[in-house]
Amino acid sequence: MDSYETHEHDVLVIGAGGAGLRAAIEASAGGVSVGLVCKSLLGKAHTVMAEGGIAAALANVDERDSWKVHFADTMRGGQYVNNWRMAELHAKEAPDRVRELEAWGAVFDRTRDGRILQRNFGGHRYPRLAHVGDRTGLEMIRTLQDHGIHQGMSVYMECTIIALLKDGDRIAGAFGYYREKGRFVLFRAKAIVLATGGVGKAFKITSNSWEYTGDGHSLAYRAGAELLDMEFVQFHPTGMVWPPSVRGILVTEGVRGEGGILTNSKGERFMYGDIPDNYKNQTAKNPEEGMRYCLGDKNCNRPAELLTRDHVARCIRREVREGRGSPHGGVFLDVSWLTHSDAFKDFKDPAWCKERITNPVEHIKKKLPSMYHQFKELGGIDITKEPMEVGPTTHYVMGGIRVDADSQMSRVPGLFACGECAAGINGANRLGGNSLSDLLVLGKRAGEYAARYAKEKSAGQIHNDQIEAAARWALSFMDQPAGDENPYKVQQDLQEIMQDLVGIVRVEAEMQKALGEIEKLKDRARRVKAVGNREYNPGWHTCMDLLNLMTVSEAIAKAAIERKESRGAQFRDDFPAKNDAEYGKKNTIISQAGDGTMQFRWEPLPEMPDYLKQVIEDQK
Amino acid sequence: MPQATFKVYRGDRSGGEFKDYSADISEGMVVLDAIHQIQATQAPDLACRWNCKAGKCGSCSAEINGKPRLMCMTRMETIPIDQPVTIQPVKTFPLIKDLVTDVSWNYKINKMIPPFRPKPPEADGTWRMAQEEVDRVQEFRKCIECFLCQDVCHILRDHHMLGDPEAAAAGTATGTAPGAETEAPPETFGGPRFMIRVASLEMHPLDTDDRLPLLKDKLNIGLCNITKCCTEVCPEHIKITDNGIIPLKERVVDEFYDPVMWLWRKIFGRKDERKTLQQLPVVAK
Ligand SMILES: Cc1cc2nc3c(=O)[nH]c(=O)nc-3n(C[C@H](O)[C@H](O)[C@H](O)COP(=O)(O)OP(=O)(O)OC[C@H]3O[C@@H](n4cnc5c(N)ncnc54)[C@H](O)[C@@H]3O)c2cc1C
Ligand code: SF4
Ligand code: SF4
Ligand code: FES
Repeated sequence: MDSYETHEHDVLVIGAGGAGLRAAIEASAGGVSVGLVCKSLLGKAHTVMAEGGIAAALANVDERDSWKVHFADTMRGGQYVNNWRMAELHAKEAPDRVRELEAWGAVFDRTRDGRILQRNFGGHRYPRLAHVGDRTGLEMIRTLQDHGIHQGMSVYMECTIIALLKDGDRIAGAFGYYREKGRFVLFRAKAIVLATGGVGKAFKITSNSWEYTGDGHSLAYRAGAELLDMEFVQFHPTGMVWPPSVRGILVTEGVRGEGGILTNSKGERFMYGDIPDNYKNQTAKNPEEGMRYCLGDKNCNRPAELLTRDHVARCIRREVREGRGSPHGGVFLDVSWLTHSDAFKDFKDPAWCKERITNPVEHIKKKLPSMYHQFKELGGIDITKEPMEVGPTTHYVMGGIRVDADSQMSRVPGLFACGECAAGINGANRLGGNSLSDLLVLGKRAGEYAARYAKEKSAGQIHNDQIEAAARWALSFMDQPAGDENPYKVQQDLQEIMQDLVGIVRVEAEMQKALGEIEKLKDRARRVKAVGNREYNPGWHTCMDLLNLMTVSEAIAKAAIERKESRGAQFRDDFPAKNDAEYGKKNTIISQAGDGTMQFRWEPLPEMPDYLKQVIEDQK
Repeated sequence: MPQATFKVYRGDRSGGEFKDYSADISEGMVVLDAIHQIQATQAPDLACRWNCKAGKCGSCSAEINGKPRLMCMTRMETIPIDQPVTIQPVKTFPLIKDLVTDVSWNYKINKMIPPFRPKPPEADGTWRMAQEEVDRVQEFRKCIECFLCQDVCHILRDHHMLGDPEAAAAGTATGTAPGAETEAPPETFGGPRFMIRVASLEMHPLDTDDRLPLLKDKLNIGLCNITKCCTEVCPEHIKITDNGIIPLKERVVDEFYDPVMWLWRKIFGRKDERKTLQQLPVVAK
């Protein structure tokens, strides 16, 4: 067969976003040899795009915050189907992980007394997100990257893994290709950490990049791991809707945290008309209270715009459906109102707000620089002067590889996962800011336990057949005489189907139809053809990505059909209510059966210990 | 729907040529959309890099009608389409294929820069810094590593000062004849991107390391003649020259060419030692 390069490491980390980098740093600290692989150049992973901030109960801005409140917020946001242990570890360890970033050179925005500043975000009771304007992800990835490269790890950039290799039950290595030359490469490793991010490219309207084809999900699934909670896909309420070419690009929740309001075509703040019961006593009674909250009044509750993402996204969809949308099929998100001379005229105490925003135009530019830039350059809109138009966009997947909460190991010995490709911490809906903190907390754990595992084990054996099969499959798209399908077209068709039939509002019949369509697409995906040679050939790469996209799409549809209720990100038009009695205490599990078909089962939620039940009770 | 013709460079290390493609132009479209359209319909193997499509990742740098830009932030409305739009890879770095170049040199330069070394934290384990103290550093840290500034800087673009940093780090810059008496001509220029990266560390209120010798001898800051082309092209509007390079040059001059500073150093040592020494009088009391 084709020749390939071979590398050997104790721990191989696949993915160089926040989770992968943090895992690689920790594994290196464990004294083992570490390889780090990524599809793009270093520093370009999705993490770089994160805007709003990292959630951690540092209590720098509001001393009432603590891990307990963060834990309770995360569980409430996830509608209580989260893995309690992950949520607990996350809430307890996030502050240390953020401080550690500062020790490695991150420069967060500061409070008046010189500490790390924290901002408000949806579903977080107190201002909790450490941030740098609205480019927090850039700060995080650059810090980890510039620290990481001095820790002794080997970095393999623009290298895509297409198969995990096993020795019996346990993991033994990974096989892939370099994008540049199309040459194959084999990594022998005692432990592997998957940190490949999400699946957003399965949908048409998304804030995600070409990388989000569900590779880690699919690699793990094929290697025998289980996928948990795949029905929970987060549709972020505010993506750009106009012009068409930027549809889906994210507008950070930070806009609403800084006082941005959502209105419909009649000028109504429609979010105030629909506040769910379990958030009633945490939500402002009126716009004045909401604005005061945004400006730091600790006696006030957050504005209705900062309810959880699942809820806000559905309210926006309803406004559009019922004919109260904006000209291009969204609603209005407005921070420019702060700059009007009579902005607070209806408030009982307008002076209080005015004093706190003396120069509103500069305030907006300073707090939301990249949103200002993004709308100015891409939408031709000055957000300090006019409202934006926004609508829901596919953003994040709560579902992913099922792992142990403490060690992040999957049921395949030696295969770990962390970050967006792993599941459990977020339950049915993720709170903004909880991803970046999850990457750090559980990424560190994955690296630590993977190193520990690698130290205890000898290297596994890899059979040549496995390598050859993977190489043959990859090359089959190149010399495919009967190939009559364009990979880009198949990908687009899949995106349309998922968007239309398994999107933000779901019904059984449509999802069954989607499954049928996916079967047809799988068939077409076998007949896709790559034109040209193996050098940096995105068409060829897309041919291979299709398998992963089909796997995650099918998993999402299958799990979503089984959960016959509405909870968090999953909204079923045929079962619009939440059904705690039937579905409140279990998670969906997808895995590959011996015959290669996809199988489904339910897994009971792990029982939460009493002390945590008490924490939730106390925070109600 | 209006159409535009794109002359896209197709080729690899062994050579290439411009090829014509056409794309439908819709409202608000950016150049990267056109490239994607061409990929999906006419040239599936057309190589380009992108990730965020929102000017945040710095992947999609190219030269559009000769101007170095981010493809994802260049709206079609801003370029005339009555004539063909040329799109070619950035010139300074070696071509891999089509619009993709080998930028690995930048990663090597970055690795030469000693990482952040903070002073000890306060009693509670954290640091205090005022917002005004970090504003300057935050400006530099906005860099998305698009390398457009590296592309336009004439020292890299026309004089190819892309020396081998590994050799430079080992003090054996390429071109040094063994035993040669005179200094070898500088072969490496770190480029604006890494000048501001060093600036972001040197001006960090907590940092204790001293990277001025590196700037002077390895990254050859002295070669920059302040043309400001880098500042003009930066999509993040970082004032690379005024806020980064010029103050760094001043520091280098102070440290190495100012006789008073020279004497000071003789007596009190380098930056980090200096910091502890400055506290000595207090201890001596
Ligand atoms: C626009 C935007 C804004 C966001 N803002 C916030 C925010 O403010 N706060 C917050 O908490 N979260 C935010 N999120 C979510 C958060 O950014 C992501 O969930 C998180 O960054 C994912 O990190 P990760 O490390 O899991 O994966 P990523 O950062 O996506 O990294 C995945 C890595 O895996 C690699 N990879 C994938 N497949 C393969 C393969 N087959 N072979 C080799 N390598 C592979 C990729 O190249 C990449 O290096 C935002 C997301 C988006 C899109
Ligand atoms: S100012 Fe200096 S670094 Fe910038 S482009 Fe000119 S010579 Fe290069
Ligand atoms: S300084 Fe500006 S131009 Fe240079 S790499 Fe950074 S963002 Fe790009
Ligand atoms: S695609 Fe990220 S900057 Fe253009």
